[in-house]
Amino acid sequence: MEFGLTSDQKMMQESLGRTLERVCPLERVRKAADGAAPDVLKAIAELGVTGILVPEEFGGLGLRLLDAALAAEMLGRHVAPVPFIASSVMAPLALLGAGSQAQKERYLPNLATGELIAGVALSEHAAGARAKAGVAAKNGKLSGKALFVLDFAGADIFVVADAFGGLHIVDAEAKGLERTALPTIDATRAIGELNFDAVDAEPLSENPQAALDRMVDAGRVMLAADTLGAGGRMIEKAVDYAKERKQFGRVIGSFQAVKHLCAEMIAELEPCRALIWYAAYAFDEFPDQARRMAAHAKAHTSEVGTFVARTATEVHGGMGFTDLLGLHYWFKRIGFDRQALGGPEKVRHDAAVAQGWVGN
Amino acid sequence: MDLSYGPEYQAFRDEVRAFTAKYADRAPRGALGGDMRDWQLLLIEHGYAARTIPKAYGGFGAAPDVLKSRIIAEEFLAAGLPMGMSGQGISMLVPTLLEVGSEEQKRRYIAPTLRGEIIWCQGYSEPGAGSDLAALTTRAIEDGDDFVINGQKIWTSTAAQADMMFCLVRTEPDAPKHEGISYLIFPMTTPGIEVRPLVTMTGRAEFNEVFFTDVRVPKTDVVAGRGQGWMVANATLKHERGMLGDPNQAGTRLKAIVELMQTEDVDGRRLMDNPALRDRLLKLQARVHAMEFHGLRLLTAGLKGEDPGVARLIVKLMGCELNHQLAAFAIDALGELGMLYNNSPHIRNGGNWQWSYMFDLGLIIGGGTAQIQKNIISERGLGMPREPKPAKV
Ligand SMILES: Cc1cc2nc3c(=O)[nH]c(=O)nc-3n(C[C@H](O)[C@H](O)[C@H](O)COP(=O)(O)OP(=O)(O)OC[C@H]3O[C@@H](n4cnc5c(N)ncnc54)[C@H](O)[C@@H]3O)c2cc1C
Repeated sequence: MEFGLTSDQKMMQESLGRTLERVCPLERVRKAADGAAPDVLKAIAELGVTGILVPEEFGGLGLRLLDAALAAEMLGRHVAPVPFIASSVMAPLALLGAGSQAQKERYLPNLATGELIAGVALSEHAAGARAKAGVAAKNGKLSGKALFVLDFAGADIFVVADAFGGLHIVDAEAKGLERTALPTIDATRAIGELNFDAVDAEPLSENPQAALDRMVDAGRVMLAADTLGAGGRMIEKAVDYAKERKQFGRVIGSFQAVKHLCAEMIAELEPCRALIWYAAYAFDEFPDQARRMAAHAKAHTSEVGTFVARTATEVHGGMGFTDLLGLHYWFKRIGFDRQALGGPEKVRHDAAVAQGWVGN
Repeated sequence: MDLSYGPEYQAFRDEVRAFTAKYADRAPRGALGGDMRDWQLLLIEHGYAARTIPKAYGGFGAAPDVLKSRIIAEEFLAAGLPMGMSGQGISMLVPTLLEVGSEEQKRRYIAPTLRGEIIWCQGYSEPGAGSDLAALTTRAIEDGDDFVINGQKIWTSTAAQADMMFCLVRTEPDAPKHEGISYLIFPMTTPGIEVRPLVTMTGRAEFNEVFFTDVRVPKTDVVAGRGQGWMVANATLKHERGMLGDPNQAGTRLKAIVELMQTEDVDGRRLMDNPALRDRLLKLQARVHAMEFHGLRLLTAGLKGEDPGVARLIVKLMGCELNHQLAAFAIDALGELGMLYNNSPHIRNGGNWQWSYMFDLGLIIGGGTAQIQKNIISERGLGMPREPKPAKV
């Protein structure tokens, strides 16, 4: 028994970190449009990150959710403006869980290389339907509306959940499909709205319900890991800044009020790491715990992330509030992660249901 | 990451489960059930307490195995049985002696301590030396083969029940603050020791003042040599902080709260059906899991000889805080029942939640306050500047 990372995992994380350091500095993040930076995507695709969960027979790395979580942590750490959660995690899981052999062969290899981008529309299942959203499937055609579609910009296909939990693949250019980008606070990620008017769809018909649950759980673990990475970076920035910035003739990091804020941030964030590792591991190894642990990882890391985001900003004083410093990219990333696929209260409710404490 | 239980471990789990089923009625539980010392002996005999302590010193002598330790903790938790004895002797003195004690000291003290035959107390804090422990002034002056101790300790937990004390004294009054301290062990029956219990906010006297007047202790009862006390104390504090942040206790509490919320009702509705309470419960559950897995991570790092850095330094702060929050939440869930105390009719769980809510605040203060922990985390963990030199007051 070992509760820790293998040397391969550590190496993968480090090499992804180094690559992002190089190709995705803050100046690059600032210039990304619609939450997309094709050069950054290309660089991580070369490392195999886009195919991290795709089995080797389909050209991917064939790794597990924990590995994907480690990658997500790095993407969060560098506020990387690339598709990942939907295109590289949830969509492959949809195909692996509910797709036919032909569908896997058709889509997985291109998802693995990052040449094909898949958005995922299932927010109504994960967080509840807002603004009368909902998709109906009839005779192989979809009608209705899906909101908060993840990895929306530049998506070539969408994996869409209908109101009954059926899963479908829709071509982005399909007739009757109207796409509207939804700008968010987080300029590094792209979401959008889909309106369907009798749009042709290809069903993923092998046990879609189970696949849908798996997609939601995996997505939640990814968002938690993303927050872990972003939060960790914010703490580092706060500590570095506090060691340099002088007031009253001494560095502010020598004031106990500031030191204690930093100590509180790291003390809160560090246990999230173990929680996320466990949730990711449970996703593959202990399916009966997967829903509960994914929910806890997501909700708890969001709560801690929110605390870290505001506190690290405070440690930077007025500078933290400026666009100039760019700290807000991390602040906003954490804000996005918190609401996507269900805010903390909703997600905790799912954990209660998963334990049979209350009905649905 | 590999949390799989191989066949060897499944067999081990079956063995522990058979034990918990067979001996459940011998476990001490509140006023009912068996005696704690008998229970402890039974546990050592089967390797569920003092598991990795060498046989020569009265332990079970097993090789460290995180998974087995975890299985034991899990199965005892599932069966609602108490683990073995803890307390300052077992949790702090024993590991310290194992680390830096003489062979003679190990042989003499470890086994009876493990069996619960020697209850220890920790004589560190003084009226003028709390957080600033190294400011202690209790003096031990050499006289022939003995040290002669004069001075006072305070906040000494269980001193009134203890058989022995491990104590920090100043043997070199002229040496720099941290270098003139020695670590002595001696019986509480030594002439010249006076213990005065101090009643705490719980209404019980969990700690005491201890006065020393010409107390003679043989020089052989110094641990790790004269002037080494600060080093020894730090070894001990490390174990204390591990004990105080123990995630197993949080798991046990959480389980009790879940049961409480499923059985207790208000207006005919289970507490569990109150969404506000349920949400708070879930928040705490996530924290309990996070600390539990964090503990596994540290255990693994320890076995591999890796330094987990700041991850280790947060355990006392976060663990004690979590235990306190759990007790606070149980009281909120109980509502007006949560005000009751001292044998009141309708009291739940013998008033233990109320007691814990108060006592755990003491644990947040004891063993290095939350503020001191934050100093340590920021300075040693994050490399922030140390405290400026003391101001002259
Ligand atoms: C329940 C309980 C059991 C105990 N059991 C034992 C025992 O068995 N043996 C033993 O020797 N001692 C024991 N203690 C004593 C305990 O170790 C001390 O209470 C603790 O170290 C704090 O010291 P103090 O009480 O003198 O508080 P002080 O040091 O006076 O602290 C008062 C306040 O000032 C803050 N403070 C002090 N210095 C700093 C600083 N540098 N930076 C920021 N804040 C600071 C503290 O955080 C605290 O909030 C026990 C205490 C409790 C509450």
